[in-house]
Amino acid sequence: MSMDRRQFLKITGISSILSFGATVASATHPIWMKGLAPEQVDRNKEALTAKRWAMVVDMSKFKTEDDFNRTIDACHHTHNVPDFRTPDGKVDKKLEIKWIWKTGFERAFPGQENRYMSEHIKEMPFLVLCNHCDNPACVRVCPTKATFKLPDGITMQDMHRCIGCRFCMAACPYGARSFNWVDPRPAIKKEFLNKEYPTRTKGVVEKCTFCTERLSVGKMPACVEAAPKGGLIFGDLEDPASEVRKIVETKLTIRRKPDLGTGPAIYYLIGGSDHA
Amino acid sequence: MLEKALEGGKRYWAWVFFLGALALIGTYFYLRQFNIGLGITGMHRDVSWGLYIGQFTFLVGVAASAVMLVIPYYLHDYKKFGKIVILGEFLAISAVTMCILFIFVDMGQPMRIMNVLLHPTPNSIMFWDAFVLSGYLFLNALIGWITLGSDRKGVPPPKWIKPFIYLSIPWAISIHTVTAFLYAGLPGRHFWLTAIMAARFLASAFAGGPALLIILAMIVRKLTKFDPGKEAIQAVGKIVAYAMFANVFFLVLELFTAFYSQIPGHMHPFKYLFTGLEGHAELVPLMWTSVVFAAISLVMLIVPSIRRNEGLLLLACIVLFISLWIDKGFGLIIGGFVPNPLEEVHTYWPTFPETMITIGVWAVGFLILTFLYKIAVSVREQTAGIEIDH
Repeated sequence: MSMDRRQFLKITGISSILSFGATVASATHPIWMKGLAPEQVDRNKEALTAKRWAMVVDMSKFKTEDDFNRTIDACHHTHNVPDFRTPDGKVDKKLEIKWIWKTGFERAFPGQENRYMSEHIKEMPFLVLCNHCDNPACVRVCPTKATFKLPDGITMQDMHRCIGCRFCMAACPYGARSFNWVDPRPAIKKEFLNKEYPTRTKGVVEKCTFCTERLSVGKMPACVEAAPKGGLIFGDLEDPASEVRKIVETKLTIRRKPDLGTGPAIYYLIGGSDHA
Repeated sequence: MLEKALEGGKRYWAWVFFLGALALIGTYFYLRQFNIGLGITGMHRDVSWGLYIGQFTFLVGVAASAVMLVIPYYLHDYKKFGKIVILGEFLAISAVTMCILFIFVDMGQPMRIMNVLLHPTPNSIMFWDAFVLSGYLFLNALIGWITLGSDRKGVPPPKWIKPFIYLSIPWAISIHTVTAFLYAGLPGRHFWLTAIMAARFLASAFAGGPALLIILAMIVRKLTKFDPGKEAIQAVGKIVAYAMFANVFFLVLELFTAFYSQIPGHMHPFKYLFTGLEGHAELVPLMWTSVVFAAISLVMLIVPSIRRNEGLLLLACIVLFISLWIDKGFGLIIGGFVPNPLEEVHTYWPTFPETMITIGVWAVGFLILTFLYKIAVSVREQTAGIEIDH
């Protein structure tokens, strides 16, 4: 079969357009096929479910440095969060990724501190993480729906759809989001690698997901399991019988920046459980 | 008409190759960034946007400023702008192209950029920004091409182009309003959370863009036989003066609200930028340069005898452009991130590769501008002396 230049260009042109189209389509699923609806998929019978997941952080239960580190490490090791270090062994602030960390009262609750408040509270580290807001700014700004709300209140992150524009990081008023500035895999220590959870690629945003992957197989979030007993209380805020609901109803709890209207789902119990 | 860009003297080609070389160097560093990740820039989790997004924001303003020529010429029939208006439209094309490139080089996963179209999300301002920017690029390319093509043939432009020209006016306002909305609607970013953001953006755009246009028009006049007209340049100078006054006034409004209310979160970014905060004063010299340059340029533009002197007008425009570039292309972005939502100060400075990529994008923009201006000037040189009524 002979073909002239014109025909050749036509055929190669058409086939490259087709193959580009196929690549775009296969990146998700063919555009003409709808994905499965939630009710078409069987749920794990053991899965923990809720109408509105929420967490109470009882700072009085965290006593030692180790209480904090154990909790943070449990999360970061479970989720293959890289541990970037500078040559002298310090945390590399330039590349740092964190899902849950400790910070001072005036950092977690800016504007709430006063000169005469107890040294204890002023100096006490607070655990901070994604607030899984009712009305999250990050979800509102994401141009690809890579971050979205689940029906149980969790603010989820799809690291495979994220284009790395970092609009969500500008939008989050809690600094809860981190970006993979470089390939994170070399910074995951071999002994902590969790083969049950994916590692990430460079160029995507990540954050706490309230351990959806653990909830779906009947496990509590990793931080809740590792924290001192009663330190992190996790449950369904919509269930009047749940512990989180009882605490929020009966004790004085505070949330981070509630005035912004984001509706954070992390409640902090500050003065211990004796007086509210 | 495209062939006009391929005919030029030694000086023209030297300039083209110089820009081409810068673009290639930028491409080399971009490929490094593509392989390694955005970690080769100075950004981090607390200052997660930097020079790229600053340039994007600044250049949206430059692009929108073409409307400052289109309104007088097409709405008010101000004939003196007949020659210069094409320079504004072609500057807009070059600026929007740079905007798109700056967004692209800022993406963590550039290969997934089509996700914005695959999963259109109208609640994201970024979605609307992509929409209005590409629309504006199309409008200016169409209008510039059709009107210049008619000029070349010595006939008035076809009637059907008029609706597109009128549409381009609100569209220009929209690109900068939407860009301001990227910032002005974020809870917890005190520096950006201000209703006056879009108005401030437009004011600085209508000062900075036309100032650049005056500089370009004077260069074109010096290098070619094409003269945009002394009166046209003077008129643009007045536009720059009014817009710069509005811009400085808006900044004073921001300062009043922040400092009279004494709300710490509102004062912190200004303190960080202009006096330093918690021992960090890295940007203070730069920001004060911007303030002093703004004051100098404003005085020079307001005093009529200075503005009427073309050499001094050029100087005022250069000083003004630098001032606004620092303020909007850099300070505006960094001030939004410092201090961070936890009131911590983490500073940012662009790295060498980041700077080279930025220069590379500007070089691509100027390359496009050079080609477009070459075409426009060649057409105008041929039809010199013929006045065509649009």
